[in-house]
Amino acid sequence: MQDLLFYVFAAVALIAGFLAVANPFSRNPLASALFLAVALVAVSGLFVLLHAFFLGAVQILIYAGAVMVLFLFVIMLLDLREEQKRRARKVAAGLASALALALAALISAAALAGGGPADPPALEGGARALGRALFTDFLLPFEIVAVLLVAAMVGVVWLSRKEAA
Amino acid sequence: MTPTLEFFLFSALKVVAAASVLMAMVAYTVLAERRISAFVQDRIGPNRVGPAGLFQPLADAIKAFLKEDFVPGHVRKFFFWLAPVLVMLPGLLSLAVIPFGSRLGSQPMVIADLNVGILYTFGIVSLGVYGIVLAGYGSNSKYPFLGGVRSSAQMISYEVAMALSTIPVFMIVGDLNLSRVIGHQAGGWSHWMVFQAPLSFILFIAAAFAETNRLPFDLPEAENELVAGHNTEYSSIKFALFFMGEYSSMIAMSAMTVTLFFGGWTLPVFGLDQPAATWAAGIAHIAVFLSKVALMVCLMIYVRWMWPRFRYDQLMDLGWRRFVPLGLANILATALVLWARG
Repeated sequence: MQDLLFYVFAAVALIAGFLAVANPFSRNPLASALFLAVALVAVSGLFVLLHAFFLGAVQILIYAGAVMVLFLFVIMLLDLREEQKRRARKVAAGLASALALALAALISAAALAGGGPADPPALEGGARALGRALFTDFLLPFEIVAVLLVAAMVGVVWLSRKEAA
Repeated sequence: MTPTLEFFLFSALKVVAAASVLMAMVAYTVLAERRISAFVQDRIGPNRVGPAGLFQPLADAIKAFLKEDFVPGHVRKFFFWLAPVLVMLPGLLSLAVIPFGSRLGSQPMVIADLNVGILYTFGIVSLGVYGIVLAGYGSNSKYPFLGGVRSSAQMISYEVAMALSTIPVFMIVGDLNLSRVIGHQAGGWSHWMVFQAPLSFILFIAAAFAETNRLPFDLPEAENELVAGHNTEYSSIKFALFFMGEYSSMIAMSAMTVTLFFGGWTLPVFGLDQPAATWAAGIAHIAVFLSKVALMVCLMIYVRWMWPRFRYDQLMDLGWRRFVPLGLANILATALVLWARG
């Protein structure tokens, strides 16, 4: 059952991810954004299969629920016709494909060399374990991320302020 | 029967039961809305179909199915068809983690007792905006579009306020699991979170009105500015789906409020605040939960017909400059009290 669900979620994530960047049926950016949201939800399903419930819930809450909605918001307010007409350049497409293939080869080589992952240790994916880890072992990285977010927020407020008349 | 098979069977049963009860409640919430609004405005309301108008939902449903399903020529077909489907999702999905009773026989009366229950709910609620935004975009005309844009801004803003407002509740309980939250509220009226964290309750309920697009925060479909907002171009059963989606998320939100602040299925009289040992007690718990939800729904309906609508800038101001700071202060105050108590 777990295996079956893994293949379902993985297939959905891959197909939706592909359709997000190279949709043969439509060049509408909104469709791409929606497929990206589907891919994100499928990835959160994978997290849940790993018993990382917190991560799965937060993935949906933050990425699918907030970030993608902002994407939709921006796409809807932009003029889309330019984007829909634009074609990918051959050189860029070739370079990107080569890089993606190289990455895939690297990951498969690493996976094969390691003989596949051993049985993963029982994960403590709940909020309690995560909170404890964040505020003891990983306090410094946590605080650095907090400072980074505050800096980004200040930047946004500065950029979007109204000019004093 | 193997445990796995049993689990699947009972889960499927619970899903079907919860979804059917929700749909029945949606139908009768619409009727309640019409009757209560009539009462507020000194009218009679629909009372022709069946005794006291009780079969009105049936008539409404038949009418919605039989009307011509008109698709305007200028819409973006795919998104136009997708939107009404997505609108129904959040109300249905968020039921999965809400404990609607203690237990019946050996089965706990909750579909999925997640240890991150509330985060799941917020995740699902945050997906609610897709249906409305896509309806606005798919309709490809100006009023639906404005309604869609407004609603996405509104829902994102009030999600923040809503999440902040519930944090004190979970600080007091010490767990994100909704069954634990209910367990913590058992054993006396004063244990209910509405009395332990009153400011949280006020912020939560106000944000709930905004999240479900109900008056006084129904800016996405403000009739005098936007015709009917995001559902202007829809007709027949597609329009009915928007309607049902709105009411099912309203019921889901009421169920959340009852779970978080009014003790869920518990009642501190007749020993109803302990998990049921007999079938009768189990059924009584479900009845208690449903009655509380029905009362909450009636409150939401009553508020709709009592208050005028906010202006859009007032709405944003209230969300970001009043609710968010208040929510943060509330978290800090709760933390200080908990710390002082040791």
